[in-house]
Amino acid sequence: MSDLNGYKSGSNLEKILRAGHFAVTAELGPPKNADAEVIRKKAALLKGCVEAANITDNQTAIVRMSSIGAGALALREGLEPVMQMTCRDRNRLGMQGDLLGAYALGLRNILCLTGDHQTFGNHPQAKNVHDMDSVQLVQMVVGLRDKGCFQCGEEIKGVVPRFFVGAAENPFGDPFEFRPLRLGKKAKAGADFIQTQMIYNVPKFREFMKRVVDLGVHKQTYILAGVGPLKTPGAAKYMRDQVPGMDVPDEIVERMETAGKGIEDKKAKAAAYREEGLKICIDIIHQMREIEGVAGAHIMAIEWEEAVKPIVEGAGLLPRPVVEAVPST
Amino acid sequence: MIVAEQKPLEEIRSLTGDAKRVLVVGCGTCVTVCFAGGAREAAIVTASLRMASKIDGHEKAVTEATVQRQCEWEYLDEIAEQVRHADLVLSLGCGVGVQALAERYPDAVVVPGLNTTFMGLPLEQGVWAERCAACGQCILGLTGGVCPIARCSKQLLNGPCGGSSKGKCEVNPEIDCAWQMIYDKLKSQNRLHLIMEITPPKDWRTSRDGGPRKIVREDLRLPVAGKV
Ligand code: SF4
Ligand code: SF4
Repeated sequence: MSDLNGYKSGSNLEKILRAGHFAVTAELGPPKNADAEVIRKKAALLKGCVEAANITDNQTAIVRMSSIGAGALALREGLEPVMQMTCRDRNRLGMQGDLLGAYALGLRNILCLTGDHQTFGNHPQAKNVHDMDSVQLVQMVVGLRDKGCFQCGEEIKGVVPRFFVGAAENPFGDPFEFRPLRLGKKAKAGADFIQTQMIYNVPKFREFMKRVVDLGVHKQTYILAGVGPLKTPGAAKYMRDQVPGMDVPDEIVERMETAGKGIEDKKAKAAAYREEGLKICIDIIHQMREIEGVAGAHIMAIEWEEAVKPIVEGAGLLPRPVVEAVPST
Repeated sequence: MIVAEQKPLEEIRSLTGDAKRVLVVGCGTCVTVCFAGGAREAAIVTASLRMASKIDGHEKAVTEATVQRQCEWEYLDEIAEQVRHADLVLSLGCGVGVQALAERYPDAVVVPGLNTTFMGLPLEQGVWAERCAACGQCILGLTGGVCPIARCSKQLLNGPCGGSSKGKCEVNPEIDCAWQMIYDKLKSQNRLHLIMEITPPKDWRTSRDGGPRKIVREDLRLPVAGKV
């Protein structure tokens, strides 16, 4: 891999993590239409604040511009994309074909996901695929890169796609005690980095990370802690009560509620909520930096990309480092 | 067993169209046990169709018959006469029964009276649940006897996904998370090592993805006439 100077993919995210910097990634949600301008605007908000931005793949099973298309547009704007890919919508043929296309377009990072069930989205009548699961997808993308082989074992003749391969894990999913072990399975599959589900329950996440560190998994893969700003107390409650696998402690909901107390003006109240949401998010990032095994933060400001810059700035993480040096190994 | 549900009477009526003589055929096996298409249900559907056709002024002659097993051609011979006299056969068998009837009597118009739903078992009186999706390569030995193909909403082989919460599946709280069950079972049996290794992608050729399936057992086949 002399062409990549020892890097697996040569992506900016990989370079930052290999250099030992606390990495920052964010999320860019593509539009529910074919407007490239939306991507340009959102990319402008994130550029310079993060190493790379995840481009979601039909998130929550709602049809949106493809992560590859939107990722290629982001790249043109100078924002490095992390293409998300779910196992819900394509089989191994579709996924590998897309991986070749994405690489040819210049995409270098991928996040392998199972995908939210289609019954949550706007096409609940759809047939789901799940030919493979996310662990197997990680293995497949790593195999393309390291073995130069398709999933079937056939050699790739010509340019081999070399991605920096990520996976997600939900520390708050059940069974809680199996989660660090499952993370270990993803690392074993070859995941270079992990982005976690949004963390609001910091003590529980600490417990999770302690187990991860005991197992040595943090040495096998870079773990980016997922965080996200809350907009309103209502959103916090919704996540607490309605979203399977989310853990939002009551203190967080109360903190949001308190922020708007006594404010009559609607606009001012909304602004106070948002400000508190940003503060909570910044606080959590500070706490994440103290936890052993956490290599970075992944900021999920869903349909609120404007929030990313103040969060990164507030957490003292601006300007972002630039790494050009060759890694030692 | 195969579990099925009766179609709504309205749909059954529209499927019977303007046929004058309708034969309702029940089945004495799985669909009897799940109260969807046995002799009892055949009698009720027959009476309902008769009554409904009388009310709308296009009276049909509706008769009924129940065979022991609709999914085997030989069990269908006994109703040959009745089928010949009918304009339309309404099968209350599972999808296999409907097709067996249609194959045994190529000239007959056969329509389904049931929606065949899954292979499963009764959990309690009046409640059935899916257990197997006939994937053709059983992995229950790896998963503590809980099938992730039929019972995990995403057919994960390296589950659970991030949506598993308090033992329930993210899809809805009525569904138990198969992977929570797999975990609990293997843990209680001290066999968690079975899911510590990565299970490779499944070869779906043995499932429906390889095309319609067929089993040929040479050891059981009858000698072909003329060949030794
Ligand atoms: S693994 Fe396949 S054959 Fe076994 S119970 Fe599940 S679907 Fe049926
Ligand atoms: S919650 Fe459990 S049963 Fe539902 S899709 Fe996820 S792993 Fe499968």
